Amino acid sequence: MNRLVIKGGRVVDPASNIDGVYNIYIMGGRVASVKKAETDTSEIVQVSPGLDIIDAEGLLVVPGLIDLHTHLREPGYEYKEDVRTGTMAAAAGGFTTILCMANTNPVNDNGSVTRYILKKAGEGSGVSVLPAGALSMGLQGERLTEFAELKEAGCVAVSDDGMPVANAGLMRRALEYSRVFNMAVITHAEEPVLSTGVMNEGKVATRLGLKGTPNAAEDSMVARDITLCELTGGRLHIAHVSTRGAVELVRMAKKKGLDVTAEATPHHLTLTDEAVAGYDTNAKMNPPLRSKEDTEALIDGISDGTIDSIATDHAPHSTIEKDVEFDKASNGVIGLETAFSVVYGLVKAGRLTLVDAIRAMTVNPARAIGIDRGAIRVGASADIAIVDLNKSRVVRAEALRSKSKNSPWLGKTLDAVVVKTIVGGKTIYGHGESLKK
Amino acid sequence: MLRFRGGVSPMKKIMMDDKAIERALARVAHEIIERNKGTEQLVILGIPTRGYHLAVRLQKKIEEIEGVKPPTGAVDATLYRDDLGIKKDQPPLKKMDIPISIDGKTIIMVDDVLFTGRTTRAAMNALMDFGRPLSIQLAVLVDRGHRELPIKADYVGKNIPTSRKEGVKVHLEETDGVSEVVTEAAVD
Amino acid sequence: MRLKRKDLLGIEELSAEEITLILTTAESFREVSEREIKKVPTLRGRTVINLFYEPSTRTRTSFEIAAKRMSADAVNISVSASSVVKGETLKDTARNLEAMRPDCIVIRHASAGTPHMLAGYVGCSVINAGDGAHEHPSQALLDMLTVKEKKGRIEGLKVAIIGDITHSRVARSNIYGFTRLGASVTVAGPPTMLPPGIEALGCKATTNMEAALKDTDVVMMLRIQLERQKESFFPTIREYSRLYGLNEEKLRKAKPDAVILHPGPINRGVEISSEVADGPYSLILDQVTNGVAVRMAVFYLLLGAAREE
Repeated sequence: MNRLVIKGGRVVDPASNIDGVYNIYIMGGRVASVKKAETDTSEIVQVSPGLDIIDAEGLLVVPGLIDLHTHLREPGYEYKEDVRTGTMAAAAGGFTTILCMANTNPVNDNGSVTRYILKKAGEGSGVSVLPAGALSMGLQGERLTEFAELKEAGCVAVSDDGMPVANAGLMRRALEYSRVFNMAVITHAEEPVLSTGVMNEGKVATRLGLKGTPNAAEDSMVARDITLCELTGGRLHIAHVSTRGAVELVRMAKKKGLDVTAEATPHHLTLTDEAVAGYDTNAKMNPPLRSKEDTEALIDGISDGTIDSIATDHAPHSTIEKDVEFDKASNGVIGLETAFSVVYGLVKAGRLTLVDAIRAMTVNPARAIGIDRGAIRVGASADIAIVDLNKSRVVRAEALRSKSKNSPWLGKTLDAVVVKTIVGGKTIYGHGESLKK
Repeated sequence: MLRFRGGVSPMKKIMMDDKAIERALARVAHEIIERNKGTEQLVILGIPTRGYHLAVRLQKKIEEIEGVKPPTGAVDATLYRDDLGIKKDQPPLKKMDIPISIDGKTIIMVDDVLFTGRTTRAAMNALMDFGRPLSIQLAVLVDRGHRELPIKADYVGKNIPTSRKEGVKVHLEETDGVSEVVTEAAVD
Repeated sequence: MRLKRKDLLGIEELSAEEITLILTTAESFREVSEREIKKVPTLRGRTVINLFYEPSTRTRTSFEIAAKRMSADAVNISVSASSVVKGETLKDTARNLEAMRPDCIVIRHASAGTPHMLAGYVGCSVINAGDGAHEHPSQALLDMLTVKEKKGRIEGLKVAIIGDITHSRVARSNIYGFTRLGASVTVAGPPTMLPPGIEALGCKATTNMEAALKDTDVVMMLRIQLERQKESFFPTIREYSRLYGLNEEKLRKAKPDAVILHPGPINRGVEISSEVADGPYSLILDQVTNGVAVRMAVFYLLLGAAREE
């Protein structure tokens, strides 16, 4: 049986309340033991070819990151991304589990599409792919999908992400019906008639002459969905929160004890609508980049646990969708390969603690969809990411594994480089390279 | 301490002073009247900036001699230059002021320095867009040689043979606070 | 003072000196249009492409005449948004046009920012002839030229811009232009058509038209798009006209010698009454004349010098 030791790294695992220098022993793909390095008396030597030693001294060792919000684009839009390139990008970003959204073509609204995606994932990079099934047939917002079939096929949540559920009655039924299957309902909360803009409504939009979408578009829908969550007792997860108002609504809902979780994206945490100046279509997304007050409220929300997860909303688009007029450009940016670095930027700036950041990218997203992952725990699958916090890199399109290059960070220097990603004890990213220069 | 008039450095040489310019203009005025047998049908048009001021001075001299004030204006050649799009900066536009119809008139075109002839060519093309003059005659304060086009001045204040690299500058009271013609040695 | 720019994309990026240079140059060009032979050889051999994604007879014709009076070859390309081939990106379009080696592309587009994108894709000059609700720089320049011609100055004037500010590129460009030259600008319109943060552009904003008109030297009326009624920006044309239309009675709040501008085409009886539009202080036709001069000046200043390497 293969054995692996990750030796001498700074292990931060919020789920286990660990932050210190530990040796992690892995056998048969599972964590065998986690020992404090200074009191670990085991002699770790290369005795047989069956033992691998990763010297992680000076590096950060964390549970493999979990992303609640990825668009893998397969089937149907393989020119933007496919399961293989999407999971390669995930691995390069330190992610070991990702949840992929249903807005493929055909839509993932039935078991056969789910099984297709999972089959592709099995041939992929080794990252664990968990699909979200569509909430309504064809994302049309009219009739519910068969939640039971989707669950049996492997879906862990339902969502019409990309298309807000305008029909409150349908949302109510989804929240009620999903209770039987213990599936989270993930809401893309934007009031459709209010959200016809192409960027945040405010003085930047006024200056640029672009149509704005007010915070109220999101606030009103989040309020509706929380009310419906209270009515139904369903499991509600709010995707990509972007407004301070929505943060406050989630805070109130959690205080009330409702089963509500929420995520924010790295870009909504760090960029404002000022990024649109110059008409950069890589700053166009839905919901739009908001104001400084909103990013501040989101970061505070992560700190106090209101916003429990950080999710990428990795949304690959090709040049056909992005090298066009701003009004016509598709919404969204890729994020898997930059997420940890961008979030670490907030840690370095003193706005987030490292532990809070890692919690929001590991155990909290796991809990949001009811899976037992996101921790370095004895007996659990050895899903681990190793990061060099002292390294930085310039984001270059040609270095990205994702098929699409629509990143708002192109040309920017980001701190913290993922050097190794391990799933079930096997290295899926960072093979053979020395971890240190 | 040495002082140089008009800020002229030792590299520069004064070729005409204030008085010399006035004498030359007086002579040119006489020549114009003599050649055209009076002032009838004359229109004096200067090429801005200094050519225009010389045109006004000529008008005054002719008036002193003949008691008649020929119509005087400005013809800006900028839009007709052949080096637009070649020079690093776009030249600023000057005044275009054609006081009366030039059809059938004798135009005395006035410039400060005649060099390659290209400005004269441009100014003549500009004039043609305003009508069909009977003739165009060219009056210049200085002819420094080095023509690149078959153009010759009808009236010359002073011939100043120069090398191509030398500079010739006309300063006028109206624009520069002092009237003089100077040559500058090539500086490279 | 030289204009050292490849493109004219908006007034926002222009300094007061640059605006003044364009206006002074335009004053010289006004003379060319008064000649019998209204043509100078300045831009002989240069090609100007008028790329219009939005119908606009007025602006396109004005650019075309300006180019032709400078002896440039002007080619008009009208593209209806619906006829754009799917899959062809703006970048593809730009590269195709560039391959025809134009010296200047004049672009009108319903999407804000498109001229900026185009300018980044091509090496030739790009002139923004109106992009969405963003900017319409040549319109603002001709408005300033017209006011300067009548009032002798811009500095110290009070300017009121009335109407649908939210959707108006003319308003934005004029706010930048007039304030940069030292005028004070007040915009007025219904609250539904005053965009948030408009004051950040340097103007004052009010929903009260009379307040905006008080003691003003220049009244600029904006064209109201009648179809905005369907989106409930205003309940009826009748009510809009009553509250924000300019008639002689309202005009009395302005200075007695106030001048009236309108970018055209006007909706008679809606945003402006006929007696005001045709009245002695209306400069609407002067605007059209000055439009050609301003565009000639812009062509001259952008194309009249060698491209910096």
